[in-house]
Amino acid sequence: MIQEKYRVLPGPEGFVPVTAALMGAVLPDAGGAFVEGGIVPETDALGLIAEKLANAKRPAICPGPLLMWQWNDAVAPKAAAVRELAGACGAKIYPMPDYRSKSPRINPEIEISVNHPNITILHNDIDVCLFAGVHSHYANFALRMIRGGTSCYTICLSDYAASDEAMISLRDIDAAKIAAITTKIKSSTGRS
Amino acid sequence: MSKSIITPAKEFEDVLTPDYKDLVDNGPYNRSTPVTVDDLGSFREITEPHPHCAGCGVALGIRLGLASLPAPEDTIIIGTPGCAYFALTQSAVPYSCTAFGNQNSVATGLKRMLRVRHPDKVKDVLVMVGDGGVADIGLDYTLHSWFRRENIATVMLDNEVYGNTGGQESGMTVQGAVLNMAPTGKKFPKIPVFELSKTSGCVYAVKTTVASPKKVGTAIRRAILTAREVGPSYVQIYTPCPTNLKFSPDKSLEYAKEVEKTYYRYEEYITEEASEYLRGIGELKCC
Repeated sequence: MIQEKYRVLPGPEGFVPVTAALMGAVLPDAGGAFVEGGIVPETDALGLIAEKLANAKRPAICPGPLLMWQWNDAVAPKAAAVRELAGACGAKIYPMPDYRSKSPRINPEIEISVNHPNITILHNDIDVCLFAGVHSHYANFALRMIRGGTSCYTICLSDYAASDEAMISLRDIDAAKIAAITTKIKSSTGRS
Repeated sequence: MSKSIITPAKEFEDVLTPDYKDLVDNGPYNRSTPVTVDDLGSFREITEPHPHCAGCGVALGIRLGLASLPAPEDTIIIGTPGCAYFALTQSAVPYSCTAFGNQNSVATGLKRMLRVRHPDKVKDVLVMVGDGGVADIGLDYTLHSWFRRENIATVMLDNEVYGNTGGQESGMTVQGAVLNMAPTGKKFPKIPVFELSKTSGCVYAVKTTVASPKKVGTAIRRAILTAREVGPSYVQIYTPCPTNLKFSPDKSLEYAKEVEKTYYRYEEYITEEASEYLRGIGELKCC
């Protein structure tokens, strides 16, 4: 029996979807990027991310703890670049300052929780969301939940090896790569 | 580094939610004089509103404990499954829940690794778990960490029952107690963990109840301080469970006070070496 290659696409895929890794998805080597289950050159992925964000109706950017706190000198340029990206595509920012659960629940108007991200996605009708600065193990966890329960298109900017639970994911992210996405959005939308 | 991790990146400071701003501005981190249980109510606490039962002694024990950390910005708490998990997982200090009973082994590895990773900085590793974690499932790991003289502080929140699984007896349940899942009553006495701590290598040990908040606070602070420099320490706190012991939630402190008069009288054990150390840092008055 010939099995089709598994594609990491917007859901809802159903309650507790199987991990993309278990379905055969592999992470890219340096210079590559993860796109919907396959690997493409990083430069192609930059354009795809720009296209998705520029055409989104209600884009959202979810900065995680690695960007929310000034824990090393590399944070500031990356945080500034993400902020500029949000401005370029008109994305609302939903912070994820840490991974604690909150009782009885988070306020989905202003934040997103790794433990139940779908509340924020569905409450705000977010169609494209971008994770940045979220530790990989938590990003995978939350992105898989979003894929399982919503139709949101997910993008993950990873400091290390990318995330195979996002529809598009870049690895080894730095301020220059984020700025390149912003430039593409600005040129495609005509905004300066 | 420790201060920087609780400094918001200025690019996202405006989107930080009010509770985090409050924690950054009014939390207990990096104070020249650490907060104590006396300050509860005057600062943003580390733990959020939690889903513990009304009148829960464990929740109170955790609040008192978190208000007594000498350096919350440099503290890691290790837990294990049980009621304590609920509030601890919502605390704004690094927290890790281990496989049931493994807490002192995990804490051992973590403490050793932190010494290597941060040779110039003291990182406190505090184990905070229930009676099942210490006295039953994790007893061997706990004792062995004490035998090995690991520099970790262990706190037992003793509610004398497996509370969130329906009320099974634990080793710390008093003899004769009838519980939901122990209908004929417990057949043997409480495991003498406090006594074991003294003979197993702990340099500082205290037995107290949540009815004495200042004693709880002092005990936890001293336990953490002695664990930094001298050796393992142990604090056993009675934290009554109204849900399983079947008393009114507003009577928790009265219940604890009664128990304090009988088998939970305050006891403090301190070795000469630990005593000398605490006196040296002004934590213990001379003579």
